[in-house]
Amino acid sequence: MSHHEHELIRLSAAALAEKLGSGEVSAVEATRAHLDRIEAVDADVHAFLHTAPELSLAAAAAIDERRANGESLHPLAGVPIAIKDVIVTNDMPTTSGSKILEGWVPPYDATVMTKLRAAGLVPIGKTNMDEFAMGSSTEHSAYGPTHNPWDLERIPGGSGGGSAAAVASFEAPLALGSDTGGSIRQPAHVTGTVGVKPTYGGVSRYGAIALASSFDQIGPVSRTVLDSALLHDIIGGHDPRDSTSLTDEWPSMAEAVRRADVKGLRIGVISQLTGDGFQPGVLERFREALDLLAAAGAEIVDVSLPSLEYAIAAYYLIMPAEASSNLAKFDSVRFGLRVNPPGGGTVEDVMSATREQGFGAEAKRRIILGTYALSAGYYDAYYGSAQKVRTLVQRDFAAAFGQADVLVSPTAPTTAWKLGANLDDPMAMYLNDIATIPANLAGIPGISLPVGLAAEDGLPVGIQFLAPAREDARLYTVGGALERMLEDGWGHPLISRAPDLAPSEMTAAQEGAV
Amino acid sequence: MSEITQEQVAHLANLARIALTPQEIESLTSELGSIVDNVAKVSEVATDDVPATSHPIPLVNVYRDDVPGATLTTEQALAGAPDHDGSRFRVTAILGEEQ
Repeated sequence: MSHHEHELIRLSAAALAEKLGSGEVSAVEATRAHLDRIEAVDADVHAFLHTAPELSLAAAAAIDERRANGESLHPLAGVPIAIKDVIVTNDMPTTSGSKILEGWVPPYDATVMTKLRAAGLVPIGKTNMDEFAMGSSTEHSAYGPTHNPWDLERIPGGSGGGSAAAVASFEAPLALGSDTGGSIRQPAHVTGTVGVKPTYGGVSRYGAIALASSFDQIGPVSRTVLDSALLHDIIGGHDPRDSTSLTDEWPSMAEAVRRADVKGLRIGVISQLTGDGFQPGVLERFREALDLLAAAGAEIVDVSLPSLEYAIAAYYLIMPAEASSNLAKFDSVRFGLRVNPPGGGTVEDVMSATREQGFGAEAKRRIILGTYALSAGYYDAYYGSAQKVRTLVQRDFAAAFGQADVLVSPTAPTTAWKLGANLDDPMAMYLNDIATIPANLAGIPGISLPVGLAAEDGLPVGIQFLAPAREDARLYTVGGALERMLEDGWGHPLISRAPDLAPSEMTAAQEGAV
Repeated sequence: MSEITQEQVAHLANLARIALTPQEIESLTSELGSIVDNVAKVSEVATDDVPATSHPIPLVNVYRDDVPGATLTTEQALAGAPDHDGSRFRVTAILGEEQ
């Protein structure tokens, strides 16, 4: 990788877009630099399940040609972007991290892909994820885990660990994620990057392979708050192909970052998410961030979400219930794997053999749990009660937003854990989602951005802001302001402290050879 | 502790059309028991006076105009199928011999 490429991949999407617009850098150069980076480090990081260099370079060349012809292009035209493999693409395989869809090339594009391509962004590959987005570590991917660029022995978060690791390791400046219970925000937290879960219905889900339809939301992944905002502005808005899509007119999120100011903003600290069970180094960085916000004129108040202790329980009933229904479509008939049992059998026998072989352990666990929660005799006690808890959580948020403009907490209780550490204890893994799940239950937007490294392990810590439904712009206002203050203090972005993977890869190879 | 049994898990697997192995049924029985013990507490606060919420931002009567839209061609729809005859998905027997 040349010095020039080394610099190109470290630019934010906004900075790269400026160089593309001025003609200083071509889209082909930018795309090639990121493909070379993937080539250099992805054997270790494993953020990508699929790349198609010829396709990406052809898309980039088309942008360069249009620009050379004097066409007026979107400011981000020519910027590479990684796509979580839960999003269907008509020119690259889409597996959702599952063997049951291995090699499947969808016959259509998700609406977000249509929008990205129309804006001229260059899809650079499909990123790894827990199977069907079921997990917090990518260890449930059927294709092996992704490794955290800050420490390759640790988890990159999940389910969107591939997208977060791709931007954290400079393999792409932007990525798309999907957030059902924190799958955009928690990976951002553990990789020192930015991730946003928009308001439910704010971004079309047409072409997102559904996990839990009343929670799922596509959103941006990046290294800076402005980059997420720029991407949000492209992918947001009404889509008649998604019946849950909101018809609202949305303000520019990028403008919200550019005029970011927290003076007079009431920030509510969620008392249930700032004490027991949270790592000291996480809380330390969190408190410092609050001090910065207060010094900038924000009013810090305490708020309570008393139903929170029931939120995880409700989530782990509703999510598997919806998943068990959504995953019924993998029936060995219309797409994906087909396994014929020994001696043949009826279509149901084939279906059962296919699903036994095609689904991983976590997918089976959640399908069985969801089937249980929905079965006669248990429906009222489990699924019905969980839906009532959902109402209580929404009421808690309504009350809290009466006292504060945005709410705040650490994004997750701990920094990145070692790969394998929680794999044998599903419930321990589930409890890590305590801070992110409530937003999905209530449909409200959330952002995670880095606030530093934990003293005890030197790993990234994220802060989460939540806003009322439809007030996504507030997240960009407070996130943009905090990021600016933090980087002014550090003198550099946090991500510049991540290890340089290319040299360490060479060292590791030499050590391995001894 | 919850009362989840191996017979119950086998029944659920049948409903969900997953041919679980006996070992999977055994491990899932204990895992589900532990998970259900943790999630059963939703009933503590789900009293009669609390309405249920199915969607976070409810929209009703979302219809499109009743006019033909863009659809997949037959070829596109069949492209990812494990087996087809050029115009239809092909499957094995729908009914078993005993039916």
